[in-house]
Amino acid sequence: MADLALMLAVFGFAFLAGYLLIRGVPPMLHTPLMSMTNAISAVTILGALLLFSVESGAVSTALGLAALIMASFNLVGGLVITDRMLRMFRKKE
Amino acid sequence: MHTGWQFIVDAGVILLLLAGVSQFRALPSARRGNLAAALALLCGIAAVLFRNPPLEPGAVVIAVLAGSLAGWAVALRVDMVQIPAMVAFQHGAGGVAAFLVSFVELTRHAAALTGIARPAGILGLIVGAATFSGSMVASGKLAGRLASRPVVLRHHNALLLLLIGLMAALALTGGAGPVLWLSLLGLVLLSILLGVLFSARIGGADMPVLISFLNATAGAAAALCGILIQNRLLIACGATVAASGSLLTYFMCRAMNRSLVRVFAGSLPGAPAAQPAPEPVAPASGQDPFVRAAESLRDARSVIVVPGYGMAQAHAQLETVQLGEILARMGKQVRFAVHPVAGRMPGHMHVLLAEAGVDPDTLLDITEINSDFSSTDVALIVGACDVVNPAAITQPGTPISGMPILNAHEARHAVVCNLDRRPGYSGVENSLYAEPATIFLEGDAKVTLRRLFETLQPPASAA
Repeated sequence: MADLALMLAVFGFAFLAGYLLIRGVPPMLHTPLMSMTNAISAVTILGALLLFSVESGAVSTALGLAALIMASFNLVGGLVITDRMLRMFRKKE
Repeated sequence: MHTGWQFIVDAGVILLLLAGVSQFRALPSARRGNLAAALALLCGIAAVLFRNPPLEPGAVVIAVLAGSLAGWAVALRVDMVQIPAMVAFQHGAGGVAAFLVSFVELTRHAAALTGIARPAGILGLIVGAATFSGSMVASGKLAGRLASRPVVLRHHNALLLLLIGLMAALALTGGAGPVLWLSLLGLVLLSILLGVLFSARIGGADMPVLISFLNATAGAAAALCGILIQNRLLIACGATVAASGSLLTYFMCRAMNRSLVRVFAGSLPGAPAAQPAPEPVAPASGQDPFVRAAESLRDARSVIVVPGYGMAQAHAQLETVQLGEILARMGKQVRFAVHPVAGRMPGHMHVLLAEAGVDPDTLLDITEINSDFSSTDVALIVGACDVVNPAAITQPGTPISGMPILNAHEARHAVVCNLDRRPGYSGVENSLYAEPATIFLEGDAKVTLRRLFETLQPPASAA
């Protein structure tokens, strides 16, 4: 039960903090914002890595590898494209 | 799992991530914010590897490298016009990872799962799988591989309800061994079908809502997966993403004056299938519209450019920015007014114009610039229709009535560079086109704008 309360607290805190911070993001940066948060949702890579810390069957391993590939694609792709976009927003001299 | 230092590491990662997100509130620091988020996730990965080293490091490294390199290569190559399709695809990749992890955990530790872990995991499985297929359909529509029209099946709502009913039944079966496997597999397949049916009936111009919503569900899937495996970082990161996606969804709905339910119900309320055909007559004045447009621009002291999805379709962002530069060099005040739902995702127009080299300070939001149209000489519309349609204000009962629009009709002249005079996505005739002060330059915006440059600066006098 303590676990459940802690998990709900973590979820609530992160949702509220995210909400308050993101409310102030100007519309100009909405695409990079979505692209970055999308990369953050690839945090499931941690879950995929944890799958490999214990003994498991062939199917589980195969699914775990697929999850790793997709999550790392999502993570790196999302962060790199966000950086590329943000570099384009340059002030004119 | 509650040793003190682990808690501190997790808290540090979460705070670093939130600090990164907070940097997005201003342009100059946004890039740093993205790097901070990258660093936070890297720390999270390092912490996991340190705490729970993989038994087969070789396979793990190869899989991560393969995914990372593919992501990197795609991210460097993708054309900015294709950003919405790319982001939607990425949402799908996130969904896949979330539902695969949930699937393996649910089958592997079936007996050990207690309390909320199992229901959260099953929900994560459903949300992840539906996000995956919904995103693939959205990405296909955004990339032009699928028709962007809403696809509505007969009894669409009944089908969705039936699917949800079946999924609830499967989710409650439980069991162990092969029965559990089969029920979860069935759940994944039904969720995939649900995502397809869900996205299929959302049309092109409602994509900003759909893509934001999928952003939120991808985050929710990660958070649910985190509850299943009792991992604080997954929960916190997923929750932050869900908050961001929800907010963007809300902003997009507000900018269209439509509720989420009405967007997801697909059809535009009351949009008549057949509108009276627009009269193809040329404007009363027999003069070449390009000459009239060039004259009005030459006489203007202030110009507001209004880009829309048509600019993206015509790949005319460079020409649009160039025309702005030419006008600025002629001593005119040039600003860009971007409607929140112009384009196919939140901020789409800003990214395209930034790629074309626009000065970010001249990109203004509807609330910042709307009152300035009345004191502006020329509103130059490039591929935008519904977002400048005065019918939203003047005509009650249309699908866009009450939608906030950019008041281009208040400018002394409106120069419209649109492909044709047909109504936009809403199906409502654009009454701006019929105004006497409107000069309509019909055709592909790239071609039209180039012709406008030439008319504006005859080659002989061009410096």
